[in-house]
Amino acid sequence: MTDLSTRPASTRDWLLSDAPSTRRQARLGALYQGWLTFRANTLAMVGLVILIGLVLMAIFAPWLSPYDPVAQNLGDRLMPPSGAHWLGTDALGRDILSRIIWGSRVTLFIVGTVALISPILGLLIGTVAGFAGGWVDQVLMRITDIFLAFPKLILALALVAALGPGIFNAVLALAITGWPPYARLSRAETLAVRHADYIAAARLQGAGPARLLVGHVWPMCVSSLIVRVALDMAGIILSAAGLGFLGLGAQPPLAEWGAMISDGRTYILDHWWVAAMPGLAIFIVSLAFNLLGDGLRDVLDPKGAKE
Amino acid sequence: MTPMLQVSDMDVWFGPPHARVTAVKGATFSVAPGESFGLVGESGSGKSTILRAVVGLIPGWSGRIAVEGKPVAGIGRDRAFLKTVQMVFQDPYASLHPRHSVDRVLSETLALQGLGDVDRRITRLLEDVGLGRGFRFRFPHQLSGGQRQRVAIARALAAEPRLLLLDEPTSALDVSVQAEILNLLKDLRAEHQLTYVMVSHDLAVVAHMCDRLSVMQAGRIVEIMDAATLRAGAPREDYSRALIAASTWRRA
Amino acid sequence: MTGAPLLSIRDLCVTFPTRQGEFQAVRGVSFDLGRERLGVVGESGSGKSMTGRAILGLVRPPGRVTAARMDLDGQPILNLPERRMRAIRGGRISMVMQDPKFSLNPVMRVGPQIMEAYRLHAGGGRAAARARALEMLAAVQIRDPERVFGLYPHEVSGGMGQRIMIAMMLAPDPEILIADEPTSALDVSVRAEVLNIMDALVRDRGMGLIFISHDLNLVAQFCDRVLIMYAGRVVEELPARDLHAARHPYTRGLLDSLPRLDAPVDRLAVLERQDDWRTEAIDASMVDALPGGLR
Repeated sequence: MTDLSTRPASTRDWLLSDAPSTRRQARLGALYQGWLTFRANTLAMVGLVILIGLVLMAIFAPWLSPYDPVAQNLGDRLMPPSGAHWLGTDALGRDILSRIIWGSRVTLFIVGTVALISPILGLLIGTVAGFAGGWVDQVLMRITDIFLAFPKLILALALVAALGPGIFNAVLALAITGWPPYARLSRAETLAVRHADYIAAARLQGAGPARLLVGHVWPMCVSSLIVRVALDMAGIILSAAGLGFLGLGAQPPLAEWGAMISDGRTYILDHWWVAAMPGLAIFIVSLAFNLLGDGLRDVLDPKGAKE
Repeated sequence: MTPMLQVSDMDVWFGPPHARVTAVKGATFSVAPGESFGLVGESGSGKSTILRAVVGLIPGWSGRIAVEGKPVAGIGRDRAFLKTVQMVFQDPYASLHPRHSVDRVLSETLALQGLGDVDRRITRLLEDVGLGRGFRFRFPHQLSGGQRQRVAIARALAAEPRLLLLDEPTSALDVSVQAEILNLLKDLRAEHQLTYVMVSHDLAVVAHMCDRLSVMQAGRIVEIMDAATLRAGAPREDYSRALIAASTWRRA
Repeated sequence: MTGAPLLSIRDLCVTFPTRQGEFQAVRGVSFDLGRERLGVVGESGSGKSMTGRAILGLVRPPGRVTAARMDLDGQPILNLPERRMRAIRGGRISMVMQDPKFSLNPVMRVGPQIMEAYRLHAGGGRAAARARALEMLAAVQIRDPERVFGLYPHEVSGGMGQRIMIAMMLAPDPEILIADEPTSALDVSVRAEVLNIMDALVRDRGMGLIFISHDLNLVAQFCDRVLIMYAGRVVEELPARDLHAARHPYTRGLLDSLPRLDAPVDRLAVLERQDDWRTEAIDASMVDALPGGLR
């Protein structure tokens, strides 16, 4: 690196410098500042560690899981947790631990897809509505209101019923029904910044509406959206589990945590672990996302940020 | 000589027709090339509104605005106009995007104005406003109020305009920083042969910066005088005299 | 100054922990306040507002307030429990902030707000509180107190709002009023009225006033005595009428950097900040002049 000679003694000082000398240093410095704020929040770090664990679990599922998640062994059905099956087996004799490990892939797929589609859809609709104003705003927000008028899960149910059950359709339904709150949020943020002097100043340099929206309004909306998405993740996982529970999500034999609970409910009194273990997994991951969201709010939320 | 800026019989209003608030009524003034012209008045007198209407940030206005003899219409301004006229806003804490670095602000401006040779120009601009290249990659939160205002001035100067509109450029700053910024603005004006229209509520600042000024009250221009008249405390209108008297408090 | 001071402060410090270590917003401020108008001037970040907040116990954690002495009428008020501080705040020491927009409750009519402030500290029945509120509104030169009593904060102008704030703060008859930039958000014509009202109230009621401002000229005209603060410290103290003959280079620099109507200059003098202003010993004559000294 060419700037090694001018670098202060420690990387930390270099990152925290108030006078960065390159674009890269400025960007890394801003990231490092955010990381320091985030790291100070112990609970958020716990959330982050759990989620990293979840990702690793999904990546290394074939090596981590002791058994084939779909292999049935009717001789070993409904075994309680033991040395051979740490979390027990289900009604078809499948190892619950292996199914939870493989199920993390499904969970991540659901969460990742919904977290990508809903907020982007919401951001687009909300900022365009807020920035354009007038009849565009009216039309877009009335559509949003219509979506908001239905309970989310009911709408998702209707969609899945129309599209046919399956994990992919379930995710699609959740994504399509999930955007209205994000649109509302983005619109509110847009209204707050659209008359800001820095927007006016950019206009005076000849910036068109598309550039203002993407380069100036979006950066002000994205951080609160990210926080909101992280906090909503738990809800998304639960909704997906709900659809799975109702038989409209993942189809057997695919290991999905919600569907696993659904399978286990018949035996809940005598063989509690069949439903409780995947329930615990959902609980832990939901909690982790909530903790992460809290920490991200400290880092990102412009309102909470100190001058 | 064609005036740099000619405003005739301008009305500016806000709000829908049934609840219209007229902020400026029948404003007429003209600023010669190279002149520095002040607009003073209390809050709500419409002085900032005039500037915003000139640069096309307010849709509701009537009358005539002409820059170097070329009239403008409606809202939004073409590239030629924006290369001639630029504006510096009152509050440097609000006029810089909190998530854009100085580098981003200036390079975006240069790109929008269709100017190449970005690196050299940014260095020049930063030196022009007394910041130096060390400030290039800082974010607004790493700058003091005065430094932010310098960045805002650099942004306004990027397109090498001939007319600079200054909307209370120092009212959000400490007095020692105000002195630095006012000196900078004076130097820039001499160096780049700029024409200024400066809005302020501070008579001493306007007297220091401007050759002529207009006093505004409730949307109307009460009087146009030269700075010497202001300094002598000898304006024609009662309101202008009252404004001067009120700027210093005496025990009743 | 006659008799014992109303407020006596020695070596006041306000410290905030930051990532880069401790930040001292106020560093060893000492002064006495009698029944007078004391101006505290400085630029942003000089610690002038923080000094006012520290006196009222309004410094939020993790900020820390320490002092060798902070006495109100001889009683220590430093770091009192919040319950006891609440009785002092508003009751015996009141504060008027810069912008009435943020200090008045927007969903409550102004009359009841004044009544509430009064009853919180003075107790008494509703009828008495109402009479007192109307009396206070009249005292701040509001021509039609009955009408203003029933208005919401958004229905009054900035100057009127600030007068209402003053009325509210003065209703419990405090001994000390801390005014933090009370006229900075106001136009000059309204400013004069508000200042006249504060001036008269302080004079007639024998209150102590701490007038925090960035406006040197205003403080020179309005106050009896001035403290000039820089980087959390008082760098100079002098009678207000002598402000224009100030000796400290910082004060001089501030005065010279102001454009003046009566003295045109081509370029304004620029303040050259010197590091030793942060550290130099406080003028010994000033410390000696304080009754009780520093120790």
